[in-house]
Amino acid sequence: MKAAEKIEQSILEEAAALRWDIGDNLHDTLLESIYQDASKIADRVVSTTAGKQHFNWERRLDALLTSRMFGFPLMLLMLTLVFWLTISGANVPSGLLANALIDRVHPWLKDLAAGAGLVWWLDGLFIDGIYLAAAWVISVMLPPMAIFFPLFTLLEDFGYLPRVAFNLDNLFRRSGAHGKQALSMAMGYGCNAAGVIAARIIDSPRERLIAIITNNFALCNGRWPTQILIASLFIGSLVPAAIGGIVSAAAVVAVTFLGIILTFVVSWALSRTVLKGEVSSFSLELPPYRPPRILQTLYTSLIDRTLFVLWRAVVFAVPAGALIWLLANIRLAGLSLAAHTIDFLNPFGLLVGLNGVILLAYIVAIPANEIVIPTILMLTVLSAKVTGVGEGAGVMFELTELDSYQRLFSAGGWTLLTAVNLMLFSLLHNPCSTTIYTIYKETGSVKWTLVASILPVVMGLGLCLLVAQIWQFLV
Amino acid sequence: MKERQSPECATCPAHNVANLEKLGVDMTSLDFVLALAGNPNTGKSTVFNALTGLRQHTGNWPGKTVTRAEGSFSYGGKRYKIVDLPGTYSLLSTSTDEEVARDFILFGQPDVTVIVVDVSRLERNLNLTLQVLEITDRAVVCLNLIDEAERHHLKIDERQLSRELGVPVVPTNARQGDGIQALLKAISEVASGSFVCKPHRIASGSKELMGAVQRLSNSLKAKFPGLHNVRWVALRLLEGDARIIDAVKTGELAKLGRNEFQQIEN
Repeated sequence: MKAAEKIEQSILEEAAALRWDIGDNLHDTLLESIYQDASKIADRVVSTTAGKQHFNWERRLDALLTSRMFGFPLMLLMLTLVFWLTISGANVPSGLLANALIDRVHPWLKDLAAGAGLVWWLDGLFIDGIYLAAAWVISVMLPPMAIFFPLFTLLEDFGYLPRVAFNLDNLFRRSGAHGKQALSMAMGYGCNAAGVIAARIIDSPRERLIAIITNNFALCNGRWPTQILIASLFIGSLVPAAIGGIVSAAAVVAVTFLGIILTFVVSWALSRTVLKGEVSSFSLELPPYRPPRILQTLYTSLIDRTLFVLWRAVVFAVPAGALIWLLANIRLAGLSLAAHTIDFLNPFGLLVGLNGVILLAYIVAIPANEIVIPTILMLTVLSAKVTGVGEGAGVMFELTELDSYQRLFSAGGWTLLTAVNLMLFSLLHNPCSTTIYTIYKETGSVKWTLVASILPVVMGLGLCLLVAQIWQFLV
Repeated sequence: MKERQSPECATCPAHNVANLEKLGVDMTSLDFVLALAGNPNTGKSTVFNALTGLRQHTGNWPGKTVTRAEGSFSYGGKRYKIVDLPGTYSLLSTSTDEEVARDFILFGQPDVTVIVVDVSRLERNLNLTLQVLEITDRAVVCLNLIDEAERHHLKIDERQLSRELGVPVVPTNARQGDGIQALLKAISEVASGSFVCKPHRIASGSKELMGAVQRLSNSLKAKFPGLHNVRWVALRLLEGDARIIDAVKTGELAKLGRNEFQQIEN
């Protein structure tokens, strides 16, 4: 062993000695010689058969999409278009699915259970709890996802995302963060857990931490349907039906941009306080535009994203449905547990312009954001039953009309303020449990995991409180 | 063990389809290990998917693959494991993704390193290619996105490129699955040793540098018999690369040499 060590030591010593002879520009010399060889070889094997004008349309498009003047408006326009297509396209299939799964299959299952003589609590737990939660998830989430994800994937496949990163790079740098954060943010629009992992492309630990903490401000898969549904029910319905879709889309875009602005603000604040340091530079290669492969994109975005997210939502909806049913049916001193909790949370909820149902739903939905809306719907239905509105064991609403969700919400005492604040709170609340776990794995630090989890909730409640106070002052 | 095929067989679609068996993540009894290297956004993940039948998410933007993805397939009766490395422009600087890629090529000792190259940006992509060829002897260059090059009216003389680089060069359009059969054939030839690579080594450089490299290489050769990339190791040591100095100290490098030696003897 001693001898081996000696050999190794002698090699290192020889290297150190030789290093004196060659001077300190070895790295540059080496790079230069690599570049020279590469350029020589390329010259020998590449020939072009046409003039340069063939590159032009790509250059023109880049100049437009990343221009100082049109870059941001085009981004806004593109996002609005995607949301508008999603919102106007999802309404009808959503209504049809709700009609089939909730108005038809649910009573049929109830009849079947009654015919089989199932005990009331089994029937309730499985059919009113678990089945209904899964049915809500599918009817509320499947149609918008099936439209939104393929459209987003087409943009990604075409090569638009790096242009977005290019547009945002300067702002990120000015807020003291890494330009590559634009890419991890873009990944976060699919899934925050994936976005947090994508922050690995940032080398500096300081900037990586900023990217991880602020990733939650990018609306994820699980939250798009909430935004889209609430916007189309409450904001879109304020204006004539003809422009309802575009106005709802604009509302979602506004929330998305608020998320981007907050990303900058929080990055800036972090890099000026607890995470001070130099900004590192990097080069971003704008990839060529590629004609999107329509069929493959449809396939992968439906299988990998839509069904994956839907499956995850259903898996989490099953225990949540059971929990909700138990909360609504276990009685203590004449009131259900859900009613107790909602009553307890209500004063605070109303203070911040939300309500007890929404707060409880966000607690139940910590495992997955996807089930927030279904949970709110079920809790509203169940708690409405508890307080004497409507009748029947769980479902009282004939969901034959498209605005039935809205009637359900108004029965729960919702106002426009509730809707606006729900959209804000959906943007600003704790990450889902998967993302929290991923943050812990990526940072290896309990402290930063707590910061990343609690900071958004505090900001969300603060913002909702502010909006509620201003609202009550004005209205 | 190389399979004999008549040229007709190799071009018959029925035969080809039957010959590639996509095994997804099944990693039992593997014969060869492949590494997939390349610049960001050259379609490595697309090539990976085409070979393994897996559906790694692909996206048209650089930096998408940050972790190593692994999959496997079987071709010509041999089972291959394939590792999709993060895309990098170079293996010289110190960012994490470059280190992941470099360490795997150096210490993981893949049987074949497939370098995926974007034809339309050949010169820039060759920088990485040349660096990979300094580290490993057994490589195949996959000239991907050949359709885009055609749209840009670029023509590549792939035979000349293969002669320059000393490794097989295969044009592909992985998005559409074109050229994957030829790529598989080249991979299997390099893996089985029926194609012996004579990789290009970087020639330019000052006289002092080349002298120093030569002297250190000779000592390395004497002390670590079987190490095939002594020149590259010498360069890294001269530059003071901490990871490589560490590998010398801990004996990791000596072990690499021994592995190589055994492989040659076998």
